[in-house]
Amino acid sequence: MKGPDLLQKHVGRLKTKMGACFVGSRVVFRGHDLHTEFKDIDWIDLYVFGVTGRRFSPEQLQLMQALWTYTSYPDARIWNNRVAGLAGTARSTGNLGIAAALAVSEASIYGRGIDLRAIDFLIRTKQQLDHGNHLAAWVEKEIKVQRSIAGYGRPIAAADERIAPMMALANTLGLADGPYVRLAFVIDEVLITGRWRQRLNYGGLAAALAADLGLSPQEYYLFMFPAFLAGMAPCYIEAGQRPEGSLFPLTCSHILYEGQPQRPWQPAD
Amino acid sequence: MSNAPTIAIHTRIWREEPESDNPFATRAAFCRGYDVYGEMLGRARWVEMLTLLFREEAPTKAEADLLEALAIALANPGPRDPSVHAAMCGGVGGSPAASCLMAALAVGAGQYAGGREVFLVMEAWNACGTDLDAWRQRLAAPPPEEISIWPLPEHPPGFNPHGTSTTTPVRQVLSCFAHLSPGLRLPWLAQHREELETATGLPLTLSGVAATAFADLGFTPEQGEMLHLLLRLPGAAAHALEQHRYGHKKFPFFAVELENNPEREEK
Repeated sequence: MKGPDLLQKHVGRLKTKMGACFVGSRVVFRGHDLHTEFKDIDWIDLYVFGVTGRRFSPEQLQLMQALWTYTSYPDARIWNNRVAGLAGTARSTGNLGIAAALAVSEASIYGRGIDLRAIDFLIRTKQQLDHGNHLAAWVEKEIKVQRSIAGYGRPIAAADERIAPMMALANTLGLADGPYVRLAFVIDEVLITGRWRQRLNYGGLAAALAADLGLSPQEYYLFMFPAFLAGMAPCYIEAGQRPEGSLFPLTCSHILYEGQPQRPWQPAD
Repeated sequence: MSNAPTIAIHTRIWREEPESDNPFATRAAFCRGYDVYGEMLGRARWVEMLTLLFREEAPTKAEADLLEALAIALANPGPRDPSVHAAMCGGVGGSPAASCLMAALAVGAGQYAGGREVFLVMEAWNACGTDLDAWRQRLAAPPPEEISIWPLPEHPPGFNPHGTSTTTPVRQVLSCFAHLSPGLRLPWLAQHREELETATGLPLTLSGVAATAFADLGFTPEQGEMLHLLLRLPGAAAHALEQHRYGHKKFPFFAVELENNPEREEK
């Protein structure tokens, strides 16, 4: 079926396997009653179940929560957090500012764009190795095509302070030795040996841990959506507590104009 | 990150001069070198200002006329459009104005009649130009998509996956724009629409025509995507406010057909 017939079939109703609320009675969440079966569930457990349709062990959930926690920085200078802070200083609403900050987190050089590319790279690399291909040659080819490797290198600083604590926790939980984590560190060695000056960063490690948990790229992408959230509210709050407009004010001379010289306006013919 | 006081916003678009008593207060603002409040105000058209923000030079009259016609064609996708529907979901529940527009932007950003579709059509124009064989090859074998935040395209961008024939407004817009355009692509598209529709088996859409107009106006795919998002907001805003006035009791909620219902399975 296609064309208008396909659309006609869907008019007026939601056909779903995901869930529904029967107002005043009950709520079904991916086949489970929210208020009876899931009444004691942790929020992250529910969120991950919503994304994947699967349940994870307490250790796995602790690791997943840490993937968010360890990258929650209440620093309003960071680009996405700055949006939340600017919303605060401009006296906008908290929901608007934080929702926009989360939307901005879907960036191409950090956040969700990198998450997807990082897990995709690791999955493709493992497939290559499983087929007997040589890792160094594959990595070199990837760098030539993509100019960088998602999950390696960092836009602002070389070192990544999140790697050591995340690996310490993963070790404690018995989740540090999966094939993708091992592969991520082997690639790191290849990059050092090849003098490409790109070290494993948190995005690469998080993607490897997620791949070892069995998350698909899309599941990982949606799972990471709240990753920066906890650091955003403080940025909004503090900017709202300070005088309005006082977060990152810029004078006219802070605009470094590099364009056309002043010229008279002439209406088009 | 350093705390060095070398703070500057680099821009080729905008310059401001401060009032003598306050470095944070603007005495004069210049867009691409033109005095916005001193000279453009009252003399420049909205579409001239809009173009100037995205390009180095002001548009010719023909370009401004085409952009203005495009702005009218895009101003209201109508309440059936997913982006306007999203804005109305904000309006009906009393959400802030900005969240209604954010909803319209998020939904209207996609590959089904949205900003991303415009981007992809404009990339196709850059690759194929006015070469019919190149278009046929690209439509038959689209370039491979790398993984990204965007879902994989499910239909040839610029064509309606659920369409049966070219709609009257699409024909009207294309005909009007082909006459207005100072570029080559819109007249070429008007001439070769049927061949392209035969190649895809699908009718051309308004977003396909809009993308072509943006290309004829000299905008990049990134600029076309932005402008498409921007120019479709007026309708979303108006419909959101209207639904707020009508109230939620008059707004559809839809029936649900739950395919894995634990209560039903128990029974």
